[in-house]
Amino acid sequence: MTERKEADRCQSTVISPNATWRELPRGGLILHGGNAREYETGDWRSNRPIYDSEQCVQCRLCWVYCPDSAVEVNEDGEVVGFNYKHCKGCGICAAECPSDGAIEMVPEEE
Amino acid sequence: MATNLADLAKKEITLTGGHRLCAGCGASIVVRQILAASDAPVVAGVSTGCLEVATTIFPYSAWANPLIHNAFENVAATISGAETAFQALKQQGKIDKEMKFIAFGGDGGTYDIGLQSLSGAMERGHDMVYVCYDNGAYMNTGIQRSSATPLGAETTTSPAGTKVPGKPRHRKDLTGIIAAHNVAYAAQASPSHWRDMVVKAQKALTIKGPAFLNVIAPCPRGWRARPEETIDLARLAVDTAYWPLYEVDDGVWKITYTPRERKPVSEWLKRQGRFRHLFKEENEHILDELQKDVDRNWERLQKMQSLSE
Repeated sequence: MTERKEADRCQSTVISPNATWRELPRGGLILHGGNAREYETGDWRSNRPIYDSEQCVQCRLCWVYCPDSAVEVNEDGEVVGFNYKHCKGCGICAAECPSDGAIEMVPEEE
Repeated sequence: MATNLADLAKKEITLTGGHRLCAGCGASIVVRQILAASDAPVVAGVSTGCLEVATTIFPYSAWANPLIHNAFENVAATISGAETAFQALKQQGKIDKEMKFIAFGGDGGTYDIGLQSLSGAMERGHDMVYVCYDNGAYMNTGIQRSSATPLGAETTTSPAGTKVPGKPRHRKDLTGIIAAHNVAYAAQASPSHWRDMVVKAQKALTIKGPAFLNVIAPCPRGWRARPEETIDLARLAVDTAYWPLYEVDDGVWKITYTPRERKPVSEWLKRQGRFRHLFKEENEHILDELQKDVDRNWERLQKMQSLSE
């Protein structure tokens, strides 16, 4: 099989769950590194962090302590909020935040 | 190289979100901090373990950099092979880029199963960094004891009951074992002390030759703790000197962080369900033994430091 065909088969970064074995990349390779970005782990969450930019002192501790790369920063590296698609609601950001009220955990149903 | 968060936060970290490690997992925090330390592109390897399994569930991968997984026991051999191939291509003039080679393994894949492959890679002198994220048991397969599990900890293969009070043996000193290989750089770090970790990772990546980082990675499931306590538990492990932060830089031992007031190790233990049984009257001697062991190691470290001066 040529490389061209291999690329044709995998136009999307994620292989369809309905793909047959003929449509899979050889060796079961994952051809698009980092495509886990498209996977939603946010639905695991039972508590949601709420960000208040007024109270935030831009220490970025939440960014360096987040296990899920779910603290969003702008081009200048400033914290702007959370990526709820990936945030699992562990609450480390709120526990480690030095500023009172910049990050608050609230139950998902609220 | 950047060692402040304002600059580090501008970097694209090549471990993405959407991986399926547990909420509050220490391992991914460790990996993100290590990757943030590198200015050059990284080629990473992972041994079998939580990190490998949860970041590469088909058809997804949370790694935006080249990644190799081979088996449980041989991430050090695998990355040393990749590094050798890179050096050969460089010598032949077929590649002129700079890249860094990092192997990640859990304590099971490092202290136990991958020890001979790690020892071999360190002795051969490859220009690579091995990072062990130590959560103190085989968490991925259901919390079985490893040789990194502390004395007295309850795991599924060292259950605490009426006959046995958790694991009967002390953990082994892997950082010491690797330092005895006379590697270019060996250090212990904690994600709670992120700057210390980033500086150590930068040293490990910059120094030519083999480097080893042993990093504590709290596991909410296995430690029986709440997910939001991960960083605080890592910090407490450092402040009790259960997990002292030090480095062995070209044979020179140096404690890189001295707690202002060293807390008793029981402060750290009582926050984790895996040690709950130790606070029963009949198990008091295990608490004493753990404290004695921490004191012994801390004194030994100080002696090693003064010998290096």
